[in-house]
Amino acid sequence: MKYPFPVGTNDFIQGDEAIARAAILAGCRFYAGYPITPASEIFEAMSLYMPLVDGVSIQMEDEIASIAAIIGASWTGVKAMTATSGPGFSLMMENLGYAIMTETPIVIVDVQRSGPSTGQPTLAAQGDVMQAIWGTHGDHSLIVLSPATVQEAFDMTIKAFNLAEKYRTPVVLLTDAEVGHMREKVNIPNPDEIELLYRKLPQSDEEAKFPFGDIHGDLIPPMPIFGKGYRTYVTGLTHDERGKPKTVESEIHEKLIKRIVAKIENNKKDIIEYETYDLDDAEIVIISYGIVARSAERAVKILRKEGIKAGLLKLNVLWPFDFELIEEIAEQAKKIYVAEMNLGQVYHMVKEGANGKTEVELISKIGGEIHTPYDIIGEIKRGL
Amino acid sequence: MYLKSSYEIRDKYLRKDMLPTIFCPGCGIGSVLQFTLRAIDELGWSQDEVVWVSGIGCSSRVPGYVDFDGLHTTHGRALAFATGIKMANPDLKVIVFAGDGDIAAIGGNHFIHAVRRNLDVTVILINNFTYGMTGGQVAPTTLKGLRGTTAPYGSFENPFDIAQLAVASGANYVARWTVFNYVQGIKSVKKALQKKGFTLVEFLSPCPISFGRRNRMKTAPELIKWYQQITIPISKAKNMPPEELEGKIVIGEFVDRDRPSLEEEYERLKKRAKQMMGFEEGEE
Repeated sequence: MKYPFPVGTNDFIQGDEAIARAAILAGCRFYAGYPITPASEIFEAMSLYMPLVDGVSIQMEDEIASIAAIIGASWTGVKAMTATSGPGFSLMMENLGYAIMTETPIVIVDVQRSGPSTGQPTLAAQGDVMQAIWGTHGDHSLIVLSPATVQEAFDMTIKAFNLAEKYRTPVVLLTDAEVGHMREKVNIPNPDEIELLYRKLPQSDEEAKFPFGDIHGDLIPPMPIFGKGYRTYVTGLTHDERGKPKTVESEIHEKLIKRIVAKIENNKKDIIEYETYDLDDAEIVIISYGIVARSAERAVKILRKEGIKAGLLKLNVLWPFDFELIEEIAEQAKKIYVAEMNLGQVYHMVKEGANGKTEVELISKIGGEIHTPYDIIGEIKRGL
Repeated sequence: MYLKSSYEIRDKYLRKDMLPTIFCPGCGIGSVLQFTLRAIDELGWSQDEVVWVSGIGCSSRVPGYVDFDGLHTTHGRALAFATGIKMANPDLKVIVFAGDGDIAAIGGNHFIHAVRRNLDVTVILINNFTYGMTGGQVAPTTLKGLRGTTAPYGSFENPFDIAQLAVASGANYVARWTVFNYVQGIKSVKKALQKKGFTLVEFLSPCPISFGRRNRMKTAPELIKWYQQITIPISKAKNMPPEELEGKIVIGEFVDRDRPSLEEEYERLKKRAKQMMGFEEGEE
């Protein structure tokens, strides 16, 4: 098919634009959104491209409606996405829970800005990590990805769609104003070189009777999409394997929620992705993610030149979280530093993972400016 | 015409394993559900081409009882979900089955915008003037002076006229009846289902348990008698001065027009966009 942008080549574009193009290459054909800085460019690109690829882009009345619309679209078998920033992401929490409960594959992009409330609309932050993971009420799990470059924003958008489809779950792409608005070189592959996954569909009428049952033993039920004659009933109430509401049977609730959590947690190794720099013999380990990881990488290079054995663990996936990996690192490191643009969020997960094996310290920066490598180096040197 | 028995309608369209319903004695939802199913039956629509969408509340449990695809969503959001379903697959026929609290309070903004867009869905609205499921709190539809658990001294707010709100917002078809308008009810639902664009059929529907009991109307017949007192057919209301219509609810058909629906407009937009950007129509 014809694409409304160059493919199989490099381009020099913003992170937001890269996300829109990647979504279309991932097969996304439904976008619903509401204007918000610094995510509007994703919506603008989608509005330009979607009609040309026979997809839909629609401006809803708010972010609650935006996520609702993409969930509805997903149940018709279409890959769907929305994008927002903190204030809109807060509004999405209600239906994010609905998507988790009904096991609906969707992608939500949160281009983080400083909060709380209206905060600093044009400046980057990493204050939504805990909200992305735990913001919706009740016990649950989902997948949260964090890109550091425009190329990663592109690649992780495709990954987000694949994970959403594979695990029948919402996936949050947690980027920030800096990655969103920055222009960088991006390689846009040929569409036939991109591996795309699509949700498991029922293979028989019998399978379709269990839209919420672990009938294949992999914890992921096939999804009987609307209009195919399956007559599926989908509800946010606690339901049994057939979808029938069961609101007072504790064992049914426990079984459902534990499966929804386990389908993510048991597949950690498949989902989690991280990068390391000079980590093997590192005594000082920096753990970082997103835009800050780029300053952290530079800090490691400078410290190494000065003879300090520093290393970096760059997290590309923030949930599920590899607590065991952190403990392994904690066993060999003298000290772990967590560099992030908030007052300590991933820091607390790292502390839990380190399990007291080594000291964990936070290198925090808020206000919209990214840590410079020397912000990180300065903190580390103070501790030497 | 052969009139099917209620049992035939039940056996054809209800999921036996989901019954009994949660509805209380005297509830009007079952009647309105029957009107809707009879309308579908008379139109000869396949159960596989219709999706029922709902929010939260008593009437929102209906998609669970009918043998169709159904999405029982979050409170007030049914129309936003329905927008995604209809726009992603315009071949599907979408019915939103909703209550007055769901549509007019928490979902009020989604409602006016879905109407404004002229989304091709049919809203079947159960208006019982109360929040039945949570025990009888006042709603944005509760008439001034009527009581609810959150208005023990009577409601002091002005109510919404949802049908008129839909007319003003641009719906293609709007009608209001009470649950005892059997013939008009079915006819109206049928008309609404067939029409492109946004259509609304509102039913005043008795809730003796949560609403009637608190307003000296403990049974459904008492509520229906009250509806007879407070409703006025639109043909009569037309010639009445406003002061005589004070405290009355007009029933009948309010609008019947054929403005282009959202999906039709989007198809046009796609063509225009492709022309503007040099994407030939039908090009792979």
